[in-house]
Amino acid sequence: MTEFPQLSLHVPEPAVRPGDQPDFSNVKIAKAGVVPRPEVDVASEEIRDLAYSIIRVLNRDGNAVGPWAGLLSDEELLTGLRNMMKLRAFDARMLMAQRQGKTSFYMQHLGEEAVSCAFRKALRKGDMNFPTYRQAGLLIADDYPMVEMMNQIYSNESDPLRGRQLPIMYSSKEHGFFTISGNLATQYVQAVGWAMASAIKNDTRIAAAWIGDGSTAESDFHSALVFASTYKAPVILNIVNNQWAISTFQGIARGGSGTFAARGLGFGIPALRVDGNDYLAVYAVSSWAAERARRNLGPTLIEYVTYRVGAHSTSDDPSAYRPKTESEAWPLGDPVLRLKKHLIARGVWSEERHVQAEAEILDEVIQAQKQAEAHGTLHAGGKPSVRDIFEGVYAEMPAHIRRQRQKAGY
Amino acid sequence: MARMTMIEAVRSAMDVSMERDDDVVVFGEDVGYFGGVFRCTQGLQAKYGRTRCFDTPISESGIVGTAIGMAAYGLKPCVEIQFADYMYPAYDQITQEAARIRYRSNGDFTCPIVLRMPTGGGIFGGQTHSQSPEALFTHVCGLKVVVPSNPYDAKGLLIAAIEDPDPVMFLEPKRLYNGPFDGHHEKPVTPWSKHDLGEVPEGHYSIPIGKAEIRRPGSAVTVIAYGTMVHVALAAADEMGIDAEVIDLRSLLPLDLDTVVQSVTKTGRCVMVHEATLTSGYGAEVVALVQEHCFYHLEAPVVRVTGWDTPYPHAQEWDYFPGPARVGRALAEVMEA
Repeated sequence: MTEFPQLSLHVPEPAVRPGDQPDFSNVKIAKAGVVPRPEVDVASEEIRDLAYSIIRVLNRDGNAVGPWAGLLSDEELLTGLRNMMKLRAFDARMLMAQRQGKTSFYMQHLGEEAVSCAFRKALRKGDMNFPTYRQAGLLIADDYPMVEMMNQIYSNESDPLRGRQLPIMYSSKEHGFFTISGNLATQYVQAVGWAMASAIKNDTRIAAAWIGDGSTAESDFHSALVFASTYKAPVILNIVNNQWAISTFQGIARGGSGTFAARGLGFGIPALRVDGNDYLAVYAVSSWAAERARRNLGPTLIEYVTYRVGAHSTSDDPSAYRPKTESEAWPLGDPVLRLKKHLIARGVWSEERHVQAEAEILDEVIQAQKQAEAHGTLHAGGKPSVRDIFEGVYAEMPAHIRRQRQKAGY
Repeated sequence: MARMTMIEAVRSAMDVSMERDDDVVVFGEDVGYFGGVFRCTQGLQAKYGRTRCFDTPISESGIVGTAIGMAAYGLKPCVEIQFADYMYPAYDQITQEAARIRYRSNGDFTCPIVLRMPTGGGIFGGQTHSQSPEALFTHVCGLKVVVPSNPYDAKGLLIAAIEDPDPVMFLEPKRLYNGPFDGHHEKPVTPWSKHDLGEVPEGHYSIPIGKAEIRRPGSAVTVIAYGTMVHVALAAADEMGIDAEVIDLRSLLPLDLDTVVQSVTKTGRCVMVHEATLTSGYGAEVVALVQEHCFYHLEAPVVRVTGWDTPYPHAQEWDYFPGPARVGRALAEVMEA
């Protein structure tokens, strides 16, 4: 009889922990401009390499290079920079507001601004995103009023969601932003359903699904890929790999698969991996996927490689599980600084104009904040009514809920 | 009027709804070309095409998740979960998504979906084809829960469910698909064609969700039941010669509390019957409401007759299923108290 060794369980561990030197030597970064740009009707098996590489446009010098470059005008890029700066300023003010007790909870985007801001540009009016909690750039870049976002965060008397939802769980059908659940991965398969509906009705609109690296482990992710693949749904399946699922490094969800993008290959879904901190690359790849969807060629899976610079949420302390300086060592840099450098290299931006823009944007955010705070914050000023607890559970309030509302005194 | 089985009635409801409204779509495991394992969707794909009635992968969370997305788009999906026992992978989508989308978005998005699912025992289906999970739905605010007991109600209620602006769990007692079943498994099956409630209009009609029906007026004791147990309760009352009033709830959420309270106030006695397990079952809610609203009219403790608190067995089906003998004993007990 053959002798075998005793079995042992493999539990992946990140390369470094607090106190260690940050180390991203295992993150293989392709040079900007080297990954080819296939035709949109390419078969997934012909572009398997794109699921393992990283599509990048901006090089170290801030120049846009390669086949994915050249899609956006100066003006569009300046707007993109402004959107990312606005999201960053918005986050900073709302984080502060949370620390001041004006709301219970907040989640910021620091380091990930390019993903949602650039993606929004690839969509059209009427398309629908099914976002997670870290894609507020979809709203900012679509000019959704910041004051409405703040009203929601403060759960004040003007909160469009009447105080029912955790801060940042926005909803805006008009702006193509499906109501955020707070549950993980459920929205991924819903996006596929929305896209199937659009195809059933011979519409022209497409859907976008959003998920984080950690939540790809949920069964709904798998269900979504099966349905998207089977029915060739016009949907863009986005995975934002920001390296961390609260305290759990991405290796726990990824397992033995080389990349998250590679998950798409088994479903026959074209899968691409992109530099998530490169505004131009994010736009180039997402607009390629959007074109595929609009041409009825079916779904595309995109992994955005980025880094969550901040804490998971205001209830998290990353210094407990990763080196404090890890974000500085992140090899793909900062999305705002990279686009800024590119615009300076293009001769349409300068350090002075950047400083001036920062001041203007901060002022704009503060004005919105003042306007929102005039309608109250979580514990002070105008609030949604207790009546709002009972409304909207059903289209028509059933008798038992009416009795309970009366018992509550409303 | 036509004579229909409950299968034909359910199919007719979907047919009528798909004919009237292009936004109604039907899908699920085996429901497309083949027409469903119980044949409820037979012919719909041929009539309405593959994009309105189609087969899905075996993934309940996928079926319900995509239905929710379609509803957010503006369609009205009426999907089949092959057996109620298979709905658990979709439970997250049902409870935390479908049920709350209207509320959490303040009506910005809504979720008008219907989940049809064969429920209950009586077909030797064992533990994974016999369950009655209605209490797992009635505990969730934002859902409506309907259980018809005959073809006429099944069609009218399913049309109402498809037209409802909120998510409806539509539990079809599979033992009633081909005929009323009073629990006397040793007797030959009576077909719906020999029953008054097998008379079903061919066109459109609906029955409001939230209205119970008194199947047998009486003055001595109120029996509250739904689905298959309505027929068991009727048989038990007849066989015991007790002047029982049998209420068919039809809709568990919302509950027609007025009909229940009026009846128990009149009779002073109450037996609650369901196939599902006892502990924290739907009957517990009804009995709590009965004591809250009828306490001073009660002549005896309220009794529940239910499935045992065990998984649904295979070989011992008829010792598990709460048949007319057990319901009859409960009636006698309540009358003697």
